[in-house]
Amino acid sequence: MLGTVFDNYHYAVVIILMMTGLYTVFASGNLIKKLVGLSVFQTSVFLMYITIGKVMDAQPPILEKAKDYALNVSGNYTAAAGESGGGGYQFVTDIAYSNPLPHVLILTAIVVGVATLAIGLALVVRIREVYGTIEEDEISAIDYGYNLEGTSR
Amino acid sequence: MIFVSSAMVSTLILDVGFMAMLVVVAFAIVRLQSLFAIVMLQGVYSLLCAAWFVSLDAVDVAFTEAAVGAGVATILMLAAMLLADRESKPVPINRQFGPILVVILAGIALLFALPDMPTVGDGNSPANSYVGMDYIARTADEIKIPNIVTAVLASYRGYDTFGEVVVIFSAGLGVLLLLGLDGNAGKWKAKPNGIQLYAPSAPPARIKPDNDGGESS
Amino acid sequence: MTHHVILRVVSKFLIPLIALFAFYVQFHGDYGPGGGFQAGVILAASVILYALIFGLEEAKKSIPPTWVRVGMALGVLLYGGTGVATWLLGGAFLDYDVLAHDAAHGQHHGILAVELGVLLAVSSVMVTIFYAFGSRQPDLTDEDW
Repeated sequence: MLGTVFDNYHYAVVIILMMTGLYTVFASGNLIKKLVGLSVFQTSVFLMYITIGKVMDAQPPILEKAKDYALNVSGNYTAAAGESGGGGYQFVTDIAYSNPLPHVLILTAIVVGVATLAIGLALVVRIREVYGTIEEDEISAIDYGYNLEGTSR
Repeated sequence: MIFVSSAMVSTLILDVGFMAMLVVVAFAIVRLQSLFAIVMLQGVYSLLCAAWFVSLDAVDVAFTEAAVGAGVATILMLAAMLLADRESKPVPINRQFGPILVVILAGIALLFALPDMPTVGDGNSPANSYVGMDYIARTADEIKIPNIVTAVLASYRGYDTFGEVVVIFSAGLGVLLLLGLDGNAGKWKAKPNGIQLYAPSAPPARIKPDNDGGESS
Repeated sequence: MTHHVILRVVSKFLIPLIALFAFYVQFHGDYGPGGGFQAGVILAASVILYALIFGLEEAKKSIPPTWVRVGMALGVLLYGGTGVATWLLGGAFLDYDVLAHDAAHGQHHGILAVELGVLLAVSSVMVTIFYAFGSRQPDLTDEDW
């Protein structure tokens, strides 16, 4: 079991980073710091996805052109079947590429992440304008201080 | 998994270096109080992540993370910080126990599940075996463009990406609804109960109700 | 920001290059890393840099808020419109094979149109968000820092 953990130390580090972000979200009372923690957590999840898609000694998922590959590497390869289309290229498909699927998912998730971050920041700005503070306990004191205890803060 | 090439050693050094820096930056974000420093460190964290993505063969993702996470997100956070506070209050020690307990328990649960994960870099793991590798083989035949990520993004999963674009559009719309395209630009106006009000900025929330009066009477 | 001469001169040189690089990333996205999302963000970054150095009012004069508001919707419409076009030509939604005489060419055209839609939508949304944040009045002045 310990050997498996040592092989997979990538994941262990990613889990530590994730938990750091989670702790910031939980413990910090400041709304902007909370959002920073959320974004650290989010980026750590991206790291985990990309780590799963990594193939050792492989290339980034951009297809090599058969012509260039033949010039650089001696050895056998098979080009893609069928006649060459649009650009007149043939591609090498039997060398190792990293898995492109996690890349696609995370690529869009990053941009959606910044869009949702912008929404969160806009809410923070509005809260600041109305309450005059972005500390959680002060906001809840304003919200509940009068109603629950019968006294203003 | 036994043989060791020179590429593997250099990758190992890079990986360990990036991991160490990421952990240091993440801990610094937790410890610091100045919001300016926290926001800048968030940009640093994104940039380090982008560097590590390159080492993990995800060039497209690294590009996006560097442009979005380290660029635009940092700018937006600075803009929001300018409209809000500069410092965050330190968290009292008795309020730290609960979060630490939750985080440690969740971390132990995740680490407990860790031996079930495939080995890093295993090309035959379930995640790397079926549909992802299928896209590589089919892109060369069907789409005939070199960048597989673009092919999957725009063609094979085009419907998915359409959804993402709509999400981004609605996020922009949401920010517009919350802040207004021109902001308040020094002019705030509202019409509660038919009375037109003008002010340089939005008034603070009512902390205490009016004495013996208000809306009820 | 009248006193930062070096910043102004350097950014005057850099902003066109950043915008040009965005279009390189956009149209080279089929062959190397890049695509609509990255290009959109980089294009927005050039506008944001301009606004940071020369002031928000100048930026709003060169890229009016009305344009970005229209661009936001236009990008989504271009993406969805490509899907509707493939529908009308007899394919499935976003099945680009029918866009040209052979399937691979159709895919190339479809990916180009869709990525243009993504570029428009992403860059407009980013600029919109920046305008929205930048136009608010902070209740602390710069001297309070």
